[in-house]
Amino acid sequence: MIREFNILRSHGIQYVPDLKKAELTPLFRGRPVISPSVTDDEKTMLRKLCPSGAILENDFGIDLGKCVFCKECAFACPGKISFTNDYKIASNNRNGLIIRPGNESVGFDETRIRKEVRKLFRNSLKLRQISAGGDNSCEMELNASGNVNFDMGRYGIEFVASPRHADGIVITGPITENMAAATQICYDAVPHPKIIILVGTDAISGGLFSESKAINRSFLDKYPVDLYVPGNPAHPLTFINGLLKLQGK
Amino acid sequence: MSQPEYIKRANTDVPCRLEDISKSDYEVFYNLVAELLKKESNHCLAYYPIENEGKLVFYCFIGDDSDQSVTILSHRHNKYGLILKSLTPLCNAMHIFEREIHETFGVAFEGHPWLKPVRYPFDRYDKAKVMDNYPFFEIESEELHEVGVGPIHAGVIEPGHFRFICNGEKVLHLEIHLGYQHRGIEWLYLDKDSPLQRCILSECIAGDTAVGHALAHAQLIESLAGIQIEEDLQIERCIALELERIAVHIGDTAALCTDVAYQLGQVVCEALRTTIINTTQQWCGNRFGKGLIRPGGSHYPLSEDMATKIEKNLENTGTRFRKMTETLYSMPSVLSRFDEIGTVTTQQALAVGAVGMAARTCNVPRDIRASHPFQYFKTYPVHPVVLETGDVLARGMLRSMEVTESIKIIRELIATWRQKENKAKAPVYDYHLKPGSIAFSMTEGWRGEIFHSAITNSKGQIVHYKVKDPSVHNWMALALAVRNQEISDFPVCNKSFNLSYCGYDL
Repeated sequence: MIREFNILRSHGIQYVPDLKKAELTPLFRGRPVISPSVTDDEKTMLRKLCPSGAILENDFGIDLGKCVFCKECAFACPGKISFTNDYKIASNNRNGLIIRPGNESVGFDETRIRKEVRKLFRNSLKLRQISAGGDNSCEMELNASGNVNFDMGRYGIEFVASPRHADGIVITGPITENMAAATQICYDAVPHPKIIILVGTDAISGGLFSESKAINRSFLDKYPVDLYVPGNPAHPLTFINGLLKLQGK
Repeated sequence: MSQPEYIKRANTDVPCRLEDISKSDYEVFYNLVAELLKKESNHCLAYYPIENEGKLVFYCFIGDDSDQSVTILSHRHNKYGLILKSLTPLCNAMHIFEREIHETFGVAFEGHPWLKPVRYPFDRYDKAKVMDNYPFFEIESEELHEVGVGPIHAGVIEPGHFRFICNGEKVLHLEIHLGYQHRGIEWLYLDKDSPLQRCILSECIAGDTAVGHALAHAQLIESLAGIQIEEDLQIERCIALELERIAVHIGDTAALCTDVAYQLGQVVCEALRTTIINTTQQWCGNRFGKGLIRPGGSHYPLSEDMATKIEKNLENTGTRFRKMTETLYSMPSVLSRFDEIGTVTTQQALAVGAVGMAARTCNVPRDIRASHPFQYFKTYPVHPVVLETGDVLARGMLRSMEVTESIKIIRELIATWRQKENKAKAPVYDYHLKPGSIAFSMTEGWRGEIFHSAITNSKGQIVHYKVKDPSVHNWMALALAVRNQEISDFPVCNKSFNLSYCGYDL
């Protein structure tokens, strides 16, 4: 017993007091910043370099829904592209994820939020997680969102064991053909009204897997998505802050 | 002079020219492999065919743990209607390779006792076989019942289906049906021909082993492209690999605590894991080490400042983790849930071809760092931690012992690193691969042996890429571990292995 008290004492206080203001290490690869001075030649070079097609050459920008956050564009174009440690990069609007030169934040469209989401899920949001080809890094970060450090439970957000208990689903992974049916069944089992959240680049756009013959993303053609949480994997702070915005907190 | 029937190479050695490997008759191949696998220090690392002008050319890699060598054997046949005598009855561990070949190419293996689907890949031979009609083993009896779990599980984990046949609360048989995570990775290696894309694919094979797989890939490319790596970078890679091992082992200890409702152990280990992965994040900007390993060089060379941070964080974490596990593994209520639960015998571990930490808990000392060393482990000797009991307790204890060992390794590696000249180089993406060759590379990820292999054509393009995650072998060990256990002990058994779904399904 005394040993356990000692462990508890050295454990100390581990939770992050303010999840909206926490600061990550400077090297963390979060929201990119693009200088307006990128030349056309550089744009072409960057488009060819980008492993996941996230660099939009005409109407230049970086699509965080496709970006795998490898930062190779910043290494190739130092001074013109950089990745900040801003982790607030979730959006409810697919186009909001596109960062243009000079952009200082990720777009979030308040008008797209359904009334019932704010009304019903503001203080209690129970989610069912579906890993559909996720590589287990996003899944581990979602688990970490509820751990002793990030503790999203303080906002009434938690993962539940049954779709019947859930207010929505959180999908990770590019949605494999072999998980397509199970994803649909799980979604159908969640009572209305319900939300869909895509976590990680693989889920948002398919990422590097978008052209794989082993994936089937037709599920996403059928329903609107309420929140996109980019990252490879998405950081717990990105996920939690995205949810808080959705809840209107 | 006739060619020898096989070629010997060491891990990350120079590639073999395809023409140097003689394609023996199956009979000769069969007898050679059967003879090799009789020796206990030998085990099959990989066995796969590639299709070439209507023929299947098979390559088999057998590693000898006693002399660091890998024997490469080959045989060739017409593709259609191919029937081969199965090696599985002689060496059970071959079961998974033959099943994989059967599933993708339709090769029949005569005498294979369990020729079941592996992962339902998109390019499987028989499209009539679908996820929904997996041929589960059945027992007709009024006394027994079946329990099906998954594909989607209660927690936030990857999908897979577990089918238990139970007598009351006792599990008679567990069959694990996977494939839900299949993303076509091996095919994507060929489709995505940019070197950078391949690096990122490697990090996504199993996101919890990003460093292990990315390193296996980088080594393979370096072998094929003839790129030499300076010692300082070799050491940095070893440090990254050990950091990954420490982080996962601590996280899994937290998960084991969760499953037996020991909340203090859970929260303390969760917080300690956070410290370790945040250290990796400080180093390279990603908590899982994605982006840290690249062929030829690194974007994030270790700095003196970072090395000091690693040392400091490890010292603190190591002490606290040791105190926690000393308490954890002396509590009667915890021990009663771990001790002699989910036992895998040495004989079973050898039969299923268990690798890595799962093997080491069953007195099978398989550790690529020691048996087929790579990077700086060629110079720095690793002494694998080996336990004998093969139960949940052993898998838990082994994790804590390996954490201690890895901290020691990192501390000593950093000391050596300080004496080396810092020759930071940028990654190499414009490499040329040796044409007409076959190469392989292995690392010891935290789960165990990771194997990557590639074959190039006459232009030096990769025409075949093969990945083997340690989970390919170890899932069968989990299925055996729960036999004759209470079904309520399944979660602790499962967590104690913590196998990869996506690494198996690729």
